[in-house]
Amino acid sequence: MSGTQPFRLGTGGSIDRSRPIRFTFEGRTLTGFAGDTLASALLANGVRLAGRSFKYHRPRGLVGAGVEESNVLVQLGEGARSTPNVQATQIPLYDGLVAKPVNCWPSSNFDIGGVNNLLSRFFSAGFYYKTFMWPTWHLYEGFIRRAAGLGKVSEQADPDRYESRFAHCDLLVVGAGPAGLAAARAAAASGARVILAEQDEAVGGALLWNQAEIDGKPGADWAQAAAAEIEAAPEARILLRTTVTGYHDHNSITMVERLNDEAVCAAEPAAARARGWVVRAKQVVLATGALERPLVFAGNDRPGVMLAGAVRHYLARYGVMAGRRAIVATNNDDAYRTAVALHDAGVEVAAVVDSRGAPGGSLAADLAARSIPHFAGGHIEETRGAKAVKAAFVRGADGQGRWIDCDLVAMSGGYNPTVHLFSQSAGKLRFDEALAAFVPDVSVQAERSAGACNGAYATAGAIAQGHEAGIAAAREAGFTASVKAPKAGVETAEAAIGPGWRETRAKGKAFVDFQNDVTVDDIALSARENFVSIEHLKRYTTLGMAPDQGKTSNVSALAIMAALTGRTIEETGHTRYRFPYTPQPFGVMAGRNRGDLHRPFRRMPCHAIHQALGATFEEYGGWLRPAYYGRAGETPHQAEQREALAVRQSVGIFEGSPLGKIEVKGPDASRFLDLFYANTMSTLKIGKVRYGLMLNEMGIVIDDGVAARLGEDHFLVGTTSGGADNIAAAMEEWLQCEWLDLQVTVSPVSTSWGVVTLSGPRARDVMRAAGTDVDLDGAVFPHMSFVNGRVAGIDARIFRVSYTGDTSYEINVPTRETAALWQKLTEAGKGLGLGMTPIGIDAWMLLRTEKGYLHIGADSDGTTNAIDLGWGHVLKKKVDFIGKRSLLREADQRPDRLQFVGLNIADGEPALPIGAHLVVDKDGREISEGYVTSSGYSPTLGKGVALGMVRGGRARKGEKVRIRTEQGLRDAVIADPGLFDLAGERLND
Amino acid sequence: MMLIDCPWCGPREQLEFRCGGESHIQRPGPAEEISDETWGNYLFFRDNPKGVHFERWHHLGGCGLWFNVARDTVTHRIYAVYPMDAPKPAIGKD
Repeated sequence: MSGTQPFRLGTGGSIDRSRPIRFTFEGRTLTGFAGDTLASALLANGVRLAGRSFKYHRPRGLVGAGVEESNVLVQLGEGARSTPNVQATQIPLYDGLVAKPVNCWPSSNFDIGGVNNLLSRFFSAGFYYKTFMWPTWHLYEGFIRRAAGLGKVSEQADPDRYESRFAHCDLLVVGAGPAGLAAARAAAASGARVILAEQDEAVGGALLWNQAEIDGKPGADWAQAAAAEIEAAPEARILLRTTVTGYHDHNSITMVERLNDEAVCAAEPAAARARGWVVRAKQVVLATGALERPLVFAGNDRPGVMLAGAVRHYLARYGVMAGRRAIVATNNDDAYRTAVALHDAGVEVAAVVDSRGAPGGSLAADLAARSIPHFAGGHIEETRGAKAVKAAFVRGADGQGRWIDCDLVAMSGGYNPTVHLFSQSAGKLRFDEALAAFVPDVSVQAERSAGACNGAYATAGAIAQGHEAGIAAAREAGFTASVKAPKAGVETAEAAIGPGWRETRAKGKAFVDFQNDVTVDDIALSARENFVSIEHLKRYTTLGMAPDQGKTSNVSALAIMAALTGRTIEETGHTRYRFPYTPQPFGVMAGRNRGDLHRPFRRMPCHAIHQALGATFEEYGGWLRPAYYGRAGETPHQAEQREALAVRQSVGIFEGSPLGKIEVKGPDASRFLDLFYANTMSTLKIGKVRYGLMLNEMGIVIDDGVAARLGEDHFLVGTTSGGADNIAAAMEEWLQCEWLDLQVTVSPVSTSWGVVTLSGPRARDVMRAAGTDVDLDGAVFPHMSFVNGRVAGIDARIFRVSYTGDTSYEINVPTRETAALWQKLTEAGKGLGLGMTPIGIDAWMLLRTEKGYLHIGADSDGTTNAIDLGWGHVLKKKVDFIGKRSLLREADQRPDRLQFVGLNIADGEPALPIGAHLVVDKDGREISEGYVTSSGYSPTLGKGVALGMVRGGRARKGEKVRIRTEQGLRDAVIADPGLFDLAGERLND
Repeated sequence: MMLIDCPWCGPREQLEFRCGGESHIQRPGPAEEISDETWGNYLFFRDNPKGVHFERWHHLGGCGLWFNVARDTVTHRIYAVYPMDAPKPAIGKD
């Protein structure tokens, strides 16, 4: 006995007794050793009751030793780092670990929810659906979810750092047990790139707790030697603490590598908690082992009832006795090894109960030699004990029953090959009657299974299969392996497994799915109510839907359902296993793509200047752009008004760099643009600019902008900022997929050019003061024209176009010179005594609303076609264009569609709210005839200005309408869009 | 996640690509001469096979090429990658 750990053996196991580790479980400070898991440390300390069950709040203790553990889920850590529902078996012990059981309050020992157990006849399968129906399930849902549930997710952001890796390899081997090690060793020797992923802390798999001899060494020593050989190969690596969670298409594999525990991460911010891997493997060898099945009997969930293999695992690897007086119950030979190991470690084995007539080999003699009572042909019917098992009722082959005192029941219902990943890969399973388990049958991807996951439970067979699989996989990846196969000592021939489930008449719950509290009775109820399909059974009872995804329960449930419905297990079928194999933190999926890095903002070339000018930034289509440049004491609205007035009265300076710019070149460029735009571009003169609409095949307007003709075969197409990427992509799609005969190249150059726009009556003066070789005279360089020239010493493409209604120059310069251009223009203007007011998006939008210019996506939506915008004339165009056929439909031309109009209000009236509906009374109810799409208060006109989409709007110009707002009804008059400079004198100055 | 063999760049991860849906769809015209039904079929009606599907893909995060792919919708096996203007390849059952 070892100090305060009453169930720890004095010797044995791979723990380090010289390194005690202190941890806290449910408020109690306990001690374990380096090399322990939380589970083994709890057992060593004699903690039997370590949680409560999901639905009935029944006392529960450890049942397994690995990923199959379905009872002891803990809330690990505190505060922001707190992680819910972690299996205690999967937590390597570390100093300062704090954990508590989930699903019990105030404590596991005294749990108020335990009343559910007394009321359990009301909590059978489908109970919620049948009972909480009136008036609606949602009334009850919140309460039920609190009462029946597991751990709590921290509501704070996860402070841990997660990493992502991508890797390619010739062979990925999953699992470093005997089969996986043999496979990886053989392939690594061939020079292939091999990754061997092992979820455990150490290589060896079952060799860590089972007795075996390989190449004349104890199994665990051979595993170390094989691992060293693999690591020595230049292209091979072993990843420990790495769980393969998903097997996806085309051999794409996802893995989670656990790097540092929370204590390390808390102390060292640069340390990553875990790393998410995506591996593209040419070949995969699955050597995922097998998981033991529980036996199904009443009270099989009491603390102290454990899987026999797990009991052996705790004994051999951690030097921990799971109890002091054990009963071993089994339907197969494997559990006999547990009985022998327990006895040899000094645990009293009160009985071995085998549902079969006789075990294989010398096992019966092994028991007799140790004077262990043997009940061949017997079974356990039930257990008793308030908070842990105290006795089991054993019925022998002779029909005689008796209670036998014990504090441990080691049960084994046989093993299930771990076929989860094989099933995820779309491989088909078959039911092997001799093994009483599903095994891989037909592969779909470049993958093979070896060892216990392929039904080869014995070490010799597993090693042989693994070696062969490694060589074959390497060969298919183009490598030749020549390495001698390891040789394992031959084990006793095993006798066949017996049935895993038998009907007994004992009262009390016999659990199939411990984690979701599903009993034999629930499955029977499901069958009675005709939920006999395995997929229905799963949803109706929630069997297999807990965090463990039915690792221990699925096959037992199938067997029971098969028996109840008179079908074979093969006919009953199985549900397809899903990603992820074990629960994984969201952080692993997000990696570094969180916070500011989730979707980085795009910053304009003059960003620093805008910051210095006091801009308030907002996001527009991924770009951070100034909404307004507030001065001390100004409201956002006041800033917008001041900026807009500056444009109308003097000049404003605006950065339009995100505008889309696409060069379209080639002998067929003009033909292509005639197809791409709703209107005609081929008639455009060189040096001129034309506004156009772009449609999709449904006739819906997707973008607008100006195109400039730079040469006979060369156009520069402008798009909205938001459309920059999509329009270039759409052009490529049409050219590459539909009009392959057109000789045109499309180059998106949006971010190669920055844009500074001067707008206002003094814009021309500023251009001249900055110095330019372009003749700015309105007769030479009029509105809607384009010229190449120099501005302030910088080579520029200058558009004379306007989105404000005032004289504007859109100056395009190489991105790196944009900030210099802004500064030089500002200095030049200030030299003239002008304010050179920087303009934000808010004022810019107000100015275009005054002018009545459309803003795609604000005024239009996914139902707005070209005709709705007053562009019916495009149908006169002789040649075809995208969307033309749709516009020819009657429905697209109906006069009562929503159409783009202005909504004018009386002088002095404030702005209409955007989104407010234009309403009429119909049969005593207010119905909508359209709505306001753009609106603002015009300081120039001294009233609100608005644009909208109105049913049949164009034919209703001059009609007085009413607009419903939160403050009541407002009057407006339908008109053409735009109120500023109707004659266009400012534009054409 | 599939591995798609871009004819220009070679095998690349699916996340670099965008699927453009069924391929080999003839755009009908001239616009004035075709029925609403013909146009509607072109716009909206697509095959939805359980098995081989001929579709077009775009190497959006790479070279920008559009090309055709014959993919099994059940197994995601890719039988062929071929140019936009090539006819559908014959895919045998195997």
